[in-house]
Amino acid sequence: MNINLTLIIQMIVFALLVWFTMSRIWPPLMRAVEERQRKIAQGLAAADRGEQELQQARQGAEAILREARERAGQIIEQAQHRANDIVGQARVSASQEGQRLVASAQQQIDLQASRARESLRRDVGEIAIAAASKLLEREIDARAHQELISKLAAQI
Amino acid sequence: MSTMLPSLYAAARPSLTEYITHHITFLTNERPVGIIDFSVVNFDSVFFSIALAVLFAGMFFTAARRATTGVPGKFQGFIELILGFVDSQVKDTFQGTSRLIAPLALTIFCWVFLFNFMDLLPVDLLPDVARSIGLGHLKDVPSTDLNIVFGLSLTVFALIIFYSIRMKGLGGFIAEFTLHPFASKNLLLQALLVPVNLLLESVMFFARPISLALRLYGNLYAGEMVFVLIALLTLKSGYHALASAGGWAMIVLQFVLGLAWTGFDLVIGLLQAFIFMMLTVVYLSQAYEHH
Repeated sequence: MNINLTLIIQMIVFALLVWFTMSRIWPPLMRAVEERQRKIAQGLAAADRGEQELQQARQGAEAILREARERAGQIIEQAQHRANDIVGQARVSASQEGQRLVASAQQQIDLQASRARESLRRDVGEIAIAAASKLLEREIDARAHQELISKLAAQI
Repeated sequence: MSTMLPSLYAAARPSLTEYITHHITFLTNERPVGIIDFSVVNFDSVFFSIALAVLFAGMFFTAARRATTGVPGKFQGFIELILGFVDSQVKDTFQGTSRLIAPLALTIFCWVFLFNFMDLLPVDLLPDVARSIGLGHLKDVPSTDLNIVFGLSLTVFALIIFYSIRMKGLGGFIAEFTLHPFASKNLLLQALLVPVNLLLESVMFFARPISLALRLYGNLYAGEMVFVLIALLTLKSGYHALASAGGWAMIVLQFVLGLAWTGFDLVIGLLQAFIFMMLTVVYLSQAYEHH
């Protein structure tokens, strides 16, 4: 066991090996590792972003759905209102029409009745005069007794 | 080197001393003389050091060339796992910016781990292969060679000095040695404290590369030695162990111990590679710091 030329050779080999590692091995390997780390970091960030965007889109879709549901409800409500209005209006106009019809029928009835009363009155007057003239055997001045006959007829 | 294979020498059985000596002798160009001899080269350590450097660089370079920013394959995932581990460790410890420190840490961690992993190969496998092609000795765990571990730690030490001076200036670097940890407003007292500080700080400073290297060396050398000792169980008997119950007991014991120590040594190897890397990062981040 002694110290010899091997020491010097070992120092030279060591220096060369360190130089080789420093210039040809470490930088490209480290670059690759760091580049990959960067890529992975970017990938993770992109995944996070995608997640966020998905969340936002989901929220947006939910909002749109909720709005649509509300609108549908409003429309249905409006339609019901409208239907109620129409029915109400129809009911009102129908009852008005009915009243009108009843009133006009009543008028007709009144007219007919008064006409019939008038003709009856006239017939009664004539019959009374004819009967009286037959009884008295003389001609009664119809015009002189008109007032009496009218009173009589009105009593009928 | 684990002891999954009993050491089976065809010819005469080596003695225990011969066997152990064989396993701690490097393949050299000449017999080393003394503690320091720069005319000697440990061919085995240099070969495995470079081979494992090529393995590491080849794997990571392939991954770097094919690196995709899309979905990574299993191989790229494995490479990036190591890369991410080292990067997070460095970022936790070192706050400044440096193009060097993280790649340096990656190199140290992987390379030293591969050194230590060689310890898990069967203890006689590669030496026997080497013997078959005519090489007398082969130590296949580079981190059990002082030259290799000091080659690493002294390079790191040079970087510590370089960055200290670059970040703090030569004056700041010297001030760190002389005005710290004992400081005084009184100039005379300060002048007396300077040698004390210098002594303390120098010991601390120079202990760094030594402890860095010896910690790794000691752990792996011990691990290697344990494998060699486990291999000794059937060394004497060799194939004759198959003929007796006692021999079989030894084989089973060797197998169980070897298996257990392999698992343990794997953890040691990983831990020591990690410690070497972390201490390097800590020392360098201290060099970057301003006081």
